[in-house]
Amino acid sequence: MPDSPNPRDAVIVGGNRIPFGKAGGAYAAASNQAMLTAALDGLVARFGLAGQQVGEVAAGAVLKHARDFNLTRETVLGSALAPTTPAYDLQQACGTGLETVIQVANKIQLGQLDSGIAGGVDSASDAPIAVGEGLRKALLKANHARTPMQRAKALAGIRPGDLAPESPRNAEPRTGLSMGEHQARTTKEWGITREAQDELAAASHHHLAQAWDSGFFDDLATGFLRLSRDQGLRPDTSVDKLATLQPVFGKGEGATMTAGNSTPLSDGAALVLLSSREWAQERNLPALARFVDAEVAAVDYVSGDEGLLMAPAYAVPRLLARQGLTLQDFDYYELHEAFASTVLATLKAWESKEFCRDRLGLDAPLGSIESSKLNVHGSSLAAGHPFAATGGRIVATLAKLLHEKGAGSRGLVSICAAGGQGVVAILEGC
Amino acid sequence: MADLMQILTSNPIARQLGVPQPTNLRRGRELPSGPVVLATAGGASALAREAVELLGLTPQDALVDTPQTRVTQTDDDGRTREVPTPYPSTIGAVVLDATALTTIEDLEGVRGALRPALKALEPSGRVVVLGVEPETAGAPTAVAAQQALEGIVRSVGKELRKGATANLVRVDLLTDAPTTAADLASTMSFLLEGRSAYVSGQVLHVGHGAAAHAAEVSSRPFEGQVVVVTGAGRGIGASIAETFARDGALVVAVDVPAGGEGLAAVANRIGGQALQLDITAPDAGERIAAHVAQRFGEAARIHTVVHNAGITRDKLLVNTDEERWGSVLEVNLAAQTRINAVLLDPALPGGLDDGGSIVGVASTSGIAGNRGQANYAASKAGVIGLVRAMAADPALAARGITVNAVAPGFIETEMTGKMPMATREVARRINSLQQGGRPVDVAEAIGYLAAPASGAVSGQVLRVCGQSQIGA
Repeated sequence: MPDSPNPRDAVIVGGNRIPFGKAGGAYAAASNQAMLTAALDGLVARFGLAGQQVGEVAAGAVLKHARDFNLTRETVLGSALAPTTPAYDLQQACGTGLETVIQVANKIQLGQLDSGIAGGVDSASDAPIAVGEGLRKALLKANHARTPMQRAKALAGIRPGDLAPESPRNAEPRTGLSMGEHQARTTKEWGITREAQDELAAASHHHLAQAWDSGFFDDLATGFLRLSRDQGLRPDTSVDKLATLQPVFGKGEGATMTAGNSTPLSDGAALVLLSSREWAQERNLPALARFVDAEVAAVDYVSGDEGLLMAPAYAVPRLLARQGLTLQDFDYYELHEAFASTVLATLKAWESKEFCRDRLGLDAPLGSIESSKLNVHGSSLAAGHPFAATGGRIVATLAKLLHEKGAGSRGLVSICAAGGQGVVAILEGC
Repeated sequence: MADLMQILTSNPIARQLGVPQPTNLRRGRELPSGPVVLATAGGASALAREAVELLGLTPQDALVDTPQTRVTQTDDDGRTREVPTPYPSTIGAVVLDATALTTIEDLEGVRGALRPALKALEPSGRVVVLGVEPETAGAPTAVAAQQALEGIVRSVGKELRKGATANLVRVDLLTDAPTTAADLASTMSFLLEGRSAYVSGQVLHVGHGAAAHAAEVSSRPFEGQVVVVTGAGRGIGASIAETFARDGALVVAVDVPAGGEGLAAVANRIGGQALQLDITAPDAGERIAAHVAQRFGEAARIHTVVHNAGITRDKLLVNTDEERWGSVLEVNLAAQTRINAVLLDPALPGGLDDGGSIVGVASTSGIAGNRGQANYAASKAGVIGLVRAMAADPALAARGITVNAVAPGFIETEMTGKMPMATREVARRINSLQQGGRPVDVAEAIGYLAAPASGAVSGQVLRVCGQSQIGA
């Protein structure tokens, strides 16, 4: 076992997710809480933890109803875990799931916890819809009214225009641009071709389908609401088929991003069980991988200085430097496919002498990675991307891969997030 | 939602109109409330008495009907008739030891003991007759007399009402490995308790178990033992998992990943572990063993494997293609032969323990056949063949491993709930208990066959069918 600078190790014992659904698909009627509970109960059943207390459960959702104010704790109370298990919510956009893993792992390493469950859930189908500002203010006023007259007056102030609901937008508040439009700029800037994007997307579908077929997910996923595989998975897609799609992001000639090489909105939940080595040993539970280290970076996308989804390009080199590793020191790379071009632009940035020198302050570029080690069982393009659920999906998958590869194998996780953030981590096989 | 028949049978007016009313059966580890009476036929034998006493029961002597012991009874119209001396109150069970019975005349003793007892039997009462394996009985008349017991018990089962059952247990007394009271106790316990609620008109054979693996009858026979149940996500499988957990087992509940939601719910309810696995995967046996060795330690072994997972692809044979045919045989039969072969490797960590058990789930369809179920019946009849062959394997016997099967009849499940009402009602009524069984009835029978104290019970196919006419 290589030396670890941490007081003690946090290991990934295993994970569980529900198959991811298409927005408006199999989970259209399922709430965040229902999905997270299903994922949690599946995890508890897999490891025989019914009635037991774990150190804590940390999870979150990006699209959250007001009623979900204590989502994770409510989920624990509705699950088979002991009701004495503490829980809290955390949110860092698409980085939520991985950030909860970091949080729980850190606490385990510090000795504050022996075990914990981390992950997240999101529903694009059951998204919260807020009332317009005018209606909201009128309702608040009516609620505070002391007399029926005051209440009637407050309600009479509502204008027809106030009744239109405010749907959540997949857009950055500070730029008004959707993530896809932001990425379209980056795609163009880095000259990522349509062909390369379609190839990555097709590979993602084929790899994921192969993983399901081979039973790789038998101990990583639990069917829910009659869905036993990711709903958006298209095993029979091909580069040729993808080439027929019209671009949906970007404008004019240079537009290369289609619905096929962009990750669709999805519904789903994923969780990871972490613990100290001792906790796992005492219960005869496996230690699949050790949580090594993590880093979060943010970029100034508002001024246009950097692309919205480029923060992982900054986070990874900082993490590598701290760990004394090179980009090539990994057996597997799990780069979240928000868009095929996000992955390709990030890889290209690491290969770029100018970017690595000017932006990262490095003497030499990080270089390239072997494509055969990238997202070997598919990733978000094929599985779908219920924002906060993605971290749990990736960490559990990678931990199992590393365990199969053998002790000392290494894996890199990189997830871009709205708000110009990037959350990255290193795992090591046990 | 209650169907027409349920409304009819639960309505007090329907009751007065004479619609048959199924009795609420005594279930679980509940003994009869009245006394157990004991009789012998054909001569003295202590076997049944010792077995009953091992259960902590003190049997009373049975009343025997003879012309000399009859009393005169006068009815309201002043007519008189001679009747047997009645029992002072109801009795819970009659246990008749007929192991010494060798002549046709001896059968009169069976009649004499059963006549007053049947009259006094409480609801869900029990008739248990003990005989020897006819083939070992010696002279042709002795064989005939012992075989006659089967006709008596099966007829009595059909005569009984109010949830009472009758079963025959055959033992080996005239071989070089005779059945002992300890061998018999587990079977006696099962037949007397509510666990056998839906078992009637059956013949069970109890041999002699390996002394090295002998265990006493216990109410938590699987305490700390690993039990693997396939198809555990719902229906009968879920009930099997729950029943083993109630009896102390560490249950590994197996089902296909697509059934994971139900499987997780079952595993969490019983504090077990969910193992998602397609049993037809080539490495299914290895994965089960690896799971057990990983989760319970390298030294851990499986005590019981219950092969419950099964599918139906019903269609008349004339319309059955190879896919429909093969998939049923693959899941219901071939998969378990492969899993058994792996788990029976004594050197395999997480394999089947010495003194362990394998229980297959067959079906009365596998005995009687069923229109539109040639593939299913083939697979279930195959399970019966498999169990018999494995139980006859001296190598397994030497390891104290028992192999048995249950053959459920009409059991109330989600699946049978989807049958057309008329068909379902016929299936419910066409048995001696005049009702469908519950999943727990199948589970209890499996628990009995798998129990460490049932080491002398192997190669049996126990019907849990309420003495259904189908395939009887």
